[in-house]
Amino acid sequence: MSPVQTFEYTPGAPPAGELADDPVHGELLRLNMGPQHPATHGVMRILLRTDGEILTGAQPHLGYLHRCAEKIGENVEWLQYLPYTDRYDYLSAMNNNLGYSMAVEALLTGLEIPRRAEMLRIICAELNRIGSHLIAYGTYGLDIGAFTPFFYAFREREWMMALFEKICGARLTYSYIRIGGVFNDAPPGWLGEVERFCDTFEQKWVEYYDLLMQNHIFVKRTADVGVISREMALDFGLTGPMLRGSGVDWDLRRDMPYSLYGEIWKAGAFKIPVARGEKGTLGDCWDRTWVRVAEMMESIKIVRWCLANIEPGPIIGDVPKVLRVPAGEAYVGIENPRGELGHYVVSDGGKVAIRVRVRGPSFVNVAVTEALMPGTLLSDSVAIVGSTDVVIGETDR
Amino acid sequence: VSAPQQPLLPSDSVHTALAGLGCELSIGRDGIATVVLARELVHEALARLRDRAGFEQCTLVTAVDHLVDEAELATPRERYEVVWQLLCTTRVLGGRAERVRVRARVPESDARVASCVDLWPGAAYAERECFDMFGIRFDGHAGLKRLLMPEEYEHFPLRKDFPHEGIEPDKLYRAWDRARRETDPAVPHA
Repeated sequence: MSPVQTFEYTPGAPPAGELADDPVHGELLRLNMGPQHPATHGVMRILLRTDGEILTGAQPHLGYLHRCAEKIGENVEWLQYLPYTDRYDYLSAMNNNLGYSMAVEALLTGLEIPRRAEMLRIICAELNRIGSHLIAYGTYGLDIGAFTPFFYAFREREWMMALFEKICGARLTYSYIRIGGVFNDAPPGWLGEVERFCDTFEQKWVEYYDLLMQNHIFVKRTADVGVISREMALDFGLTGPMLRGSGVDWDLRRDMPYSLYGEIWKAGAFKIPVARGEKGTLGDCWDRTWVRVAEMMESIKIVRWCLANIEPGPIIGDVPKVLRVPAGEAYVGIENPRGELGHYVVSDGGKVAIRVRVRGPSFVNVAVTEALMPGTLLSDSVAIVGSTDVVIGETDR
Repeated sequence: VSAPQQPLLPSDSVHTALAGLGCELSIGRDGIATVVLARELVHEALARLRDRAGFEQCTLVTAVDHLVDEAELATPRERYEVVWQLLCTTRVLGGRAERVRVRARVPESDARVASCVDLWPGAAYAERECFDMFGIRFDGHAGLKRLLMPEEYEHFPLRKDFPHEGIEPDKLYRAWDRARRETDPAVPHA
């Protein structure tokens, strides 16, 4: 367990001066990073305490984007809650739809999800994972001074969003994956265009890798910075690329397979990229970014497997218009681009949930910055926050 | 999606880790082993699950408000139910890694339970949010304060008796401002 330095912010009082008598150190300075800071990708405030260039403490303050998603979940019907799931991690709305739908489906008995629906779900979830990682990759470069990769990443993401627009009509908040299946079949020619996207992306991916990941300045800025050890990652409950970036071989798609991922894994279609500490210490910012970049290629392989195996058929199971969910509780965790997205739902047999708890990966991952920051340089704080890839819509919900 | 119903085997690591602790064990509808126990035993149970059964991640700390009128029920039942969920990432049994869920009832009159921050530091934010939303205190949590709502906010939004349309902080501010102006006419208008 690593020591966590916390401190209280008391308005008006001078900074605590435990180091003030020491001639080496100056007066401690409190510095607000945010709420409007480009590196926080939303409205989060991190209260930093600095001793010259060295950070001695960091305290994230959340809640600027709190929209009571869980309270709404207890007040609208099961089917009506789906659009709200789009809005917590707005960069991976397809995955959020999938997580919520699967949690409700876990409580429903006798509901068969058609195989074509599962295929379309996985294609969309993986394409959305690529889009989400493209944002993580592009904006991380932007945060620490590399401007060009951002435009490269958004070019491919634009195509991905056009694909989603063709299948469900929306570019960001899809509500495409419904309880029991998906709401719209792929339009004619859509699957062919996905295949063309995969062909193009595979070529572009090499560019991405060379452009940023091997860039000397980028490596200097991220290698050996913000190192999260394996034990620390597990203690803080990190999941997804944050955990694999620390060398823990763990992916829910393989280890607790849901949907068709068990079958795809057995077919050998994809691998799980786990960081090895290639450019510096295992678990540094470079490793976390590398895991995300490598995962994009694995997602392409999963999409290709689905394209090769998809067959015509129904796209949604038999779900009543007014859904009454049998009494009980269920937790379903799925692998979101940022880690484990869990939905804990409790029903009393009625039309409305008793409790919808969202375990957002960003909410858990952001806590580690508090322990990572002390002892690092002020200029590295942007690199560390950027490498956690938090989406504030999800930490606050 | 739904896992087949099965009893929790006595050879299961959860069973052996919690032997002699006095708790109910079952397998939930979603296939997750569920432990129901008294709130005094929670910390002991969580520590045993971590040290003896190898659950090295705390996935979830949350609460459910059942809002029962405690006087009306024939058998009294506490209002809140605090839920912990743990994950074991290293031991993969039969292709599926393990989760366990621990549930304990907490009464409205004395809404407090032991903190598990000493076991998993990552649970700190989840406990703070649970306190913020339900007003349940976690004993042993050093920095237990509001996380999402403003620090001076007086209500607990996820309680069932909190209104759906909410109580906005600026409404509270306006009420405070009006009261201030009534008592002191020298206060200038905003």
